[in-house]
Amino acid sequence: MLDLSKYQSVGEALKDALDQFADEVCLIEADREREKERLTYRDFKERAHPLAKALQAAGFSSGDRAAIIMTNQSKWLISAYAIFFTGGVLVPLDYKLSPDEQWQLLKHSSATFLITEYPIWRQLSVSAGRAPATNVRTVLVTEAPSNAELAGAQRWEEVRGAEEPAFVPRKRNDTASIVYSSGTGGRPKGCMITHENYLEQCVALTSIYPFWPGVRYLSILPTNHAIDFMVGFFGPFTCGAAVVHLRTLRPEYVREAFSKYKITYVSLVPLVLKNLQKGLQARFDALPPGKRKLFNALVAVNKALTKSQPRLGISRRLLKQVHEAFGAELRAIIVGGAFTEPQTLQFFYDLGLPVANGYGLTEAGTAITVNDLKPFRADTVGKPLPGMEVRIVNPASDGVGEVIVRSKTIMSGYLNDPELTAETVVDGWLQTGDLGRLDGTGHLQLSGRKKNMIVTEEGKNIYPEDIEKVFESLPVKELCVFAANYIWPKRSMVGEQLVLVVHLESGQQYNEELKREINARNNRLLNYKRIHGVVLLDEDFPRTASLKIKRNVLAERLARFDSATAILPL
Amino acid sequence: MRTLEQTTQEIIELATEHFRVPRGTLAPGDDFFKKLGIDSLQTLEMLSRLENHFGIELPDYEVQGVSDFKTLAERIQSRL
Repeated sequence: MLDLSKYQSVGEALKDALDQFADEVCLIEADREREKERLTYRDFKERAHPLAKALQAAGFSSGDRAAIIMTNQSKWLISAYAIFFTGGVLVPLDYKLSPDEQWQLLKHSSATFLITEYPIWRQLSVSAGRAPATNVRTVLVTEAPSNAELAGAQRWEEVRGAEEPAFVPRKRNDTASIVYSSGTGGRPKGCMITHENYLEQCVALTSIYPFWPGVRYLSILPTNHAIDFMVGFFGPFTCGAAVVHLRTLRPEYVREAFSKYKITYVSLVPLVLKNLQKGLQARFDALPPGKRKLFNALVAVNKALTKSQPRLGISRRLLKQVHEAFGAELRAIIVGGAFTEPQTLQFFYDLGLPVANGYGLTEAGTAITVNDLKPFRADTVGKPLPGMEVRIVNPASDGVGEVIVRSKTIMSGYLNDPELTAETVVDGWLQTGDLGRLDGTGHLQLSGRKKNMIVTEEGKNIYPEDIEKVFESLPVKELCVFAANYIWPKRSMVGEQLVLVVHLESGQQYNEELKREINARNNRLLNYKRIHGVVLLDEDFPRTASLKIKRNVLAERLARFDSATAILPL
Repeated sequence: MRTLEQTTQEIIELATEHFRVPRGTLAPGDDFFKKLGIDSLQTLEMLSRLENHFGIELPDYEVQGVSDFKTLAERIQSRL
């Protein structure tokens, strides 16, 4: 691994990695059963440097911002490298957002360059949101068909400079990326992540889960997500490891990839992990009674032998078929993005497949804690990573309070929002808004949220303010969306739901017509953003002098109702 | 060449069989996440069956944001 303490920037470290590991494989890209591409670090450099030169020729310079909207693939990483090499600031955007949402964030980020893939550009270019986002002046589009209408974009494959590009150095405290943690419908939260944030996070994470040449990481989580950016790009590249991309994430191809590419690490969100568990459980349940008995006995032996720490060699021999289905080289499944239920974690660990459960926030530069497996604990999210100070503020009698964090990985702030930054990072301490306790061994146990938001099993952070817009013109006196957990706190971080609080006009009834209208609007939202019920409140909402809803006061008023009867299902 | 209506009907029949719901339960405008109580991963599983049935390749991005049978049928129809 490179000694990252010597480096000032992400670009500088990546540049050296390409030379140091020139002959190692760095990227494999597959589409269904076909392997599309296999690149060494030398090949990667040969693709990335002409792009960097072309960016410079097009006027892209130090501190300029370039956005990437792409599914996981080689061209994502090549483009990001070219942006860092030329001293730019990367704006990785979620390809699953709607075109209007993407334009909104492009505008907010002030990105002047956009690199995207043709199917996404086809929708972006005709979206009504394009006109106001005038800051984007150059668009590069990958894999456009030969006869495609490019709507002002250039073909990524043809944008190539002939000479060597000039490397542009950046300082540790300069912004490397602007990563949006939320805010597509309301107040955009663009986390400014510095070069130091990434360098320090990489050192901390790889001290527990190391990469080396020959390691293969399966990249499934979107690369715009802080986790995949770190463990599916920067981490493996600074260690000479390889990243495997799949162009389709159908479960059958993901399963096949484990054994075909002998995967060492993979990161998953809880939804995918639970799906894997379901599939495995169904196969175990289908075993004939004799084999099932033998299998259960082997699992029991494995459990006993791995109680204090994972022993991969033994587990692979004991439960050979299970491990072969995962390629027999898997060292850990990294799970993040949302809370994972302990029984799911335990299920995999009992099979000898360690799950590196952790906890993090984009604002913290990715991970705050991670399970170091010494020993494995399904009931916690692990211990703070090296360099992380974690404290519990105003703990209750059971030790539970708000989790706050200080480290060199904490973002420098939210883009264009000093007010929100000041509320979120106080004297260097990140106020996470999550509730938890540190146990006697230093493990963090999460137990709820203080903030008005939910996190889905797919790892999506949903803020009520962001989806309120859809319901804005409903024919009612006033309305507000809440995370049910914020009104009626429960010691749980799974099954979180959103509710719509409605104050009807005088004499108005909550009738079928209104219900239909609410349903119709709800259906316009992506499935994971939808509200689950309606709460009726027959009084005026508390408001500030500028007529903004005082959400915390309103939540307190609603808390006097019983959630079981107050939430009317849709 | 199938009509859009035929394609929609065939998708509904395959979904009925795949998710084991009673015949006649599903309609073209139904939100399949809600009606079938499925998540995004289960939708991806169904896509592979649809690809085999129609003999096409349907990239994941084509079904991004699609939640009803009729729109899904339109995406498939454009590739037939």
